[in-house]
Amino acid sequence: MFQVRIHGRGGQGVVTAAEMLSIAAFREGKHAQAFPSFGSERTGAPVVAYCRIDEKEIRLREPVMQPDALIIQDPTLLHQVDVFAGLAPGGTILINTSRSFEQLGLKELIHRFRTCTVPASELALKHVGRPLPNAALLGGFCALSESISLDAVVAAIREKFSGRVAEGNAAAAAAAHQHVAKEIHAEAD
Amino acid sequence: MPFQPVKYYQTGTFTVGNRLLPPETRSVQANMRRTNSLNSGHRACQGCGEALGARYAIDAAMEATNRQLVAANATGCLEVFSTPYPETSWQIPWIHSLFGNTAAVATGIAAAMKAKGKHETRVIAQGGDGGTTDIGFGCLSGMFERNDDVLYICYDNEAYMNTGVQRSSATPPAARTATTTTGNAFGQGKNVPLIAMAHGIPYVATATIAELHDLEAKVRRAMQFRGARYLHVFVSCPLGWGHASDQSVRMARLAKETGIFPVFEAEHGEVVSVSKIRKRLPVEEYLKPQRRFAHLFSPQKNLEAIARIQAMADRNIKRYRLTDA
Amino acid sequence: MLKQIEGSRAVAEAVALCRPEVICAYPISPQTHIVEALGELVAAGDIGRCEFINVESEFAAMSVAIGASAAGARAYTATASQGLLFMAEALFNAAGLGLPIVMTVANRAIGAPINIWNDHTDSMSQRDCGWIQLFAETNQEALDLHIQAFRLAEELSLPVMVCMDGFILTHAYERVDMPSQAQVDAFLPKFEPRQVLDPAEPVSIGAMVGPEAFTEVRYLAHAKQMQALSLIPAWASEFHYAFGRAAGGLVRPYALEDAQTVIVALGSVLGTVKDAVDEMRANGEKIGVLGISCFRPWPFEAVAHALGGAKRVVVLEKSLAVGVGGIVSTNVRTTLAPRPVPVYDVIAGLGGRPITKASLQKVFADAVRDELNLTTFLDLDAALVERVLENERQVRRSGPLPENVLKERHAVPAR
Repeated sequence: MFQVRIHGRGGQGVVTAAEMLSIAAFREGKHAQAFPSFGSERTGAPVVAYCRIDEKEIRLREPVMQPDALIIQDPTLLHQVDVFAGLAPGGTILINTSRSFEQLGLKELIHRFRTCTVPASELALKHVGRPLPNAALLGGFCALSESISLDAVVAAIREKFSGRVAEGNAAAAAAAHQHVAKEIHAEAD
Repeated sequence: MPFQPVKYYQTGTFTVGNRLLPPETRSVQANMRRTNSLNSGHRACQGCGEALGARYAIDAAMEATNRQLVAANATGCLEVFSTPYPETSWQIPWIHSLFGNTAAVATGIAAAMKAKGKHETRVIAQGGDGGTTDIGFGCLSGMFERNDDVLYICYDNEAYMNTGVQRSSATPPAARTATTTTGNAFGQGKNVPLIAMAHGIPYVATATIAELHDLEAKVRRAMQFRGARYLHVFVSCPLGWGHASDQSVRMARLAKETGIFPVFEAEHGEVVSVSKIRKRLPVEEYLKPQRRFAHLFSPQKNLEAIARIQAMADRNIKRYRLTDA
Repeated sequence: MLKQIEGSRAVAEAVALCRPEVICAYPISPQTHIVEALGELVAAGDIGRCEFINVESEFAAMSVAIGASAAGARAYTATASQGLLFMAEALFNAAGLGLPIVMTVANRAIGAPINIWNDHTDSMSQRDCGWIQLFAETNQEALDLHIQAFRLAEELSLPVMVCMDGFILTHAYERVDMPSQAQVDAFLPKFEPRQVLDPAEPVSIGAMVGPEAFTEVRYLAHAKQMQALSLIPAWASEFHYAFGRAAGGLVRPYALEDAQTVIVALGSVLGTVKDAVDEMRANGEKIGVLGISCFRPWPFEAVAHALGGAKRVVVLEKSLAVGVGGIVSTNVRTTLAPRPVPVYDVIAGLGGRPITKASLQKVFADAVRDELNLTTFLDLDAALVERVLENERQVRRSGPLPENVLKERHAVPAR
């Protein structure tokens, strides 16, 4: 079972991100479960959503406490909420930021985990016209974690959104994917 | 030969009778083929105004709807005396659910008829003042707001009679009830016909059991509309009001003739017709015969209270233009 | 057809397939997505002849359903928590009048203090109202149970409540297999009411019944619910055959064959329980699970039979009867009265507190060693509780108790 935890703030589409991820996994023939940490819905408040992916039926219902991967939609959470709690060694961290892990004060994580950053809000602003980073982040996530394909993510985006918003989000996801793929390659060298 | 119109009025409780009227203006009740929807054998008190009102109203509704009628009834006198276990005096499809939900139940019935394409089956909700103005108020307003195709008839005897004459929001000021033993306070009142008009529903009317042709006509008129309709019927209660059981019709007439109970019709929030007072009387004439107002006259006359009640009646007369003066 | 959708959406689509004629909607978390989805489906014309009514309260919702059902229409509504309480009078009325209304209860705690998260207090508070109560373990089962519920309700002329965990199921995206209209039509026939408000054949419904006959009327209500005990498993089998999967029934045994310790539970927590139990089994523990799918009527025989070989039972429940203890455990203890087997009550998940596999494994292990109190509040912060009580002992104007708990909670440094 592969477990993802997504952190962000209310209004940033954190829950939708988890849902899209589950739809993407479904399209690849897998079982997937996505749910939010259920809180009162308030714009700006910290929000967590979870996604579990498995080859067989998922019965577990507890929150994801030992994620294999983290997606952080809002870097202002980094020193406010313990977003890294329970992350499995060698786990994946993708942060929505134009800064680097060092610049964010997270240098010590780089060698313990598989890390990357992507300016998803900027990409979303560019392709969709609104700085909603969730779809773009999923595109970047595909490249980083290799547990899901970009095609599946784009299909999920098109299921969740429609018209120009869907295409914009799909483009942002592809751009983020490219960005992350490039980053990883650069790291490898 | 010059034609001179003759008007017939009911005086006392003995009426001129339908036989002097042309057939088409006779009441539904005068017709041998009336449906008797509230059939004899019910257990209402002698002189019950509600039984009289309901009998006229429902038979008129049956005629107006070609006998395609379903009724929802609130808990209360009418429900209790019409369905004494194991009997029922209703000859129409009838349901009693709870005290406060009659308007909602009727909404559900109307929705079912609509879903099933039974456009000709009409729905009536009926209840007393307790079930309408107090506990049923929320559901009533909801039904009005949605403009559900229901005619709601409130039989107002101004207290929770079935449970032993306790005060409701329809109880008039100074009236003695089991929970207002020294007389009800002069509060804000709750004018449900006006509230119904404020919802802008297609048809709102008030009526009394003293003018039964008028009551039937208003039921008939109501059934010409689709959407939410409200009929507020003033019904006397000999037991609860403390008057002789053969004076029920007279009490209702006095309520109208003093201006205490305005009789009118409104459509879409505007008054369209008014039943004028024929011969205006001071409110004392109405209050005196009822033991629920006895404390206003003895041991001494409570001039202030009577004057305030008179002022309320005066206001009604002015507001609705109930006299030609 | 396989879909990856939200639980609420799955339920709405299933209800739509059942061809409801009147749907009443009043919003309350966490059921809102269900009625919203149904509103969309009605507006899109996806449900045949259906009236969707936005009512002014839950009391109105159930009352409109009562009127609609009595007039022969297939009626549906959904609620949770406070809303279920607000319609309590109407619940008893619907059951007493024998109206086959189906309602989804998105299980949620009841205040005060206000809490929007999942537990079973709401459904449990109405366990005696005469409604049949079914509990779904997954979103698949939730949608399947609604299809069974309409048929069950209409056959018995009794209302049926389908309970699904609020948020945990309603707001979870998971894979479901949505049946086709043809499949549902084949399983669920047209509604033929036993009583109906019809001008052609007038009846009076809802008259008073006096002392002479009330006992018989109530006995019959009880007897009719008991009829469900044979209908439910029979139709669950039929459903299995027609739709190709198990759903509903009275109880769902898991790894019970040689189980010495059996965990009894309702609803979505069964998934976590099974994962916990599987790991314990792998370590040699003879432990199994009994899911209760039908809570009312209480399936005495089925439960007694399933627990026949158990040396001890752990009832894991998201419900609390203040002043008594557990609710489900009381039903289980009554069932097992003839056998002197310890029944441990573990009250967990109240107000949405997550029930973790780790916590469960610990408490199950304690049970296996019979080192468990008869009643346990899982993950209770006993020290905090004691501090609050001590404060009350010391100070008269001690303040609102829930706020004091919150204060104590946040005084402790975050772990």
